[in-house]
Amino acid sequence: MEISTRDLWTVLHGMGFGALFMLAFSGALAEIYRMAASDPRVQPSQRERSLLNFYLVAMVILAWFTVISGAYIVYPWYRAVPPAGATDLADYPRRLLLSSGKTSEWHNVGMEWKEHVAWIAPIAMTMVAYVVMKYGRSLTKPRHLRTAVLGFTLAAFVATGVAGAFGAFLNKYAPVRGGSVIILMEGEQ
Amino acid sequence: MSVSQNPSGVDSIPNGAGAAALLAAGIGCAVLGILALAGDASDSINKFLNFYNPTGALSGVTDLAILAWLVSWFVLNRAWRNRTVAMVRVSMLSFALLAVGFLLTFPPFMDLVQGK
Repeated sequence: MEISTRDLWTVLHGMGFGALFMLAFSGALAEIYRMAASDPRVQPSQRERSLLNFYLVAMVILAWFTVISGAYIVYPWYRAVPPAGATDLADYPRRLLLSSGKTSEWHNVGMEWKEHVAWIAPIAMTMVAYVVMKYGRSLTKPRHLRTAVLGFTLAAFVATGVAGAFGAFLNKYAPVRGGSVIILMEGEQ
Repeated sequence: MSVSQNPSGVDSIPNGAGAAALLAAGIGCAVLGILALAGDASDSINKFLNFYNPTGALSGVTDLAILAWLVSWFVLNRAWRNRTVAMVRVSMLSFALLAVGFLLTFPPFMDLVQGK
């Protein structure tokens, strides 16, 4: 069992950080909604609020790790320029996609949208985490702020969904490959 | 943006700090979209945004959007942190800016704006 360094970074970017961040949304939305509910009977305890704060900070860290690793580690491999006359474009995903009309829009629409829209998620979630931590239970009072926080959380979820979905498709049609090989396990044969 | 001290006293906690964070996030998203569009529309802007060559113009778009977000957050927070602001307007403006961010990063809409 072996994996290349580029494969490993792509997996870390998409599955390690991105997917984990996306999985956390359902919990965050439910807890923020519960915390912001005006019914005092469903108000979380101090311990639960601390847990929510920790949860949101973890989400923010995951969100920033996802976009930074994507833009500054994986994306340069994706957009690498092949040498003149190269016919095998397997190591040049962007050029590989653009070489055919059947795949070019995966780059022109998919990657072009993904690479930008993904950054909305960490900006929005940093704001959400800050507001929830600052206002805590008091978030029930400023009603419009509470609604806005939930709205931006949903927007971050949508942005992450767009980036994640296109990332999965792009990795299917033009995966980022290459780099040194890391041997994880040796088989018997 | 009109800012007023809360005359009714209904909300005892000033919403200014939250409003500043919210509006700044909207500004960051909108700047992201505007710069993405500008980089796509103009070769010279695209070259200017190329802060880090391996990442290309994306580096400038995101770095400047983050800078705009953090600077606007700092400025708005200093102005509003102890005040209660017109949250409905701030909220509507923030969502409008967020929508700008989404739309201007969507390539078919970028092409539509540029008449391509």
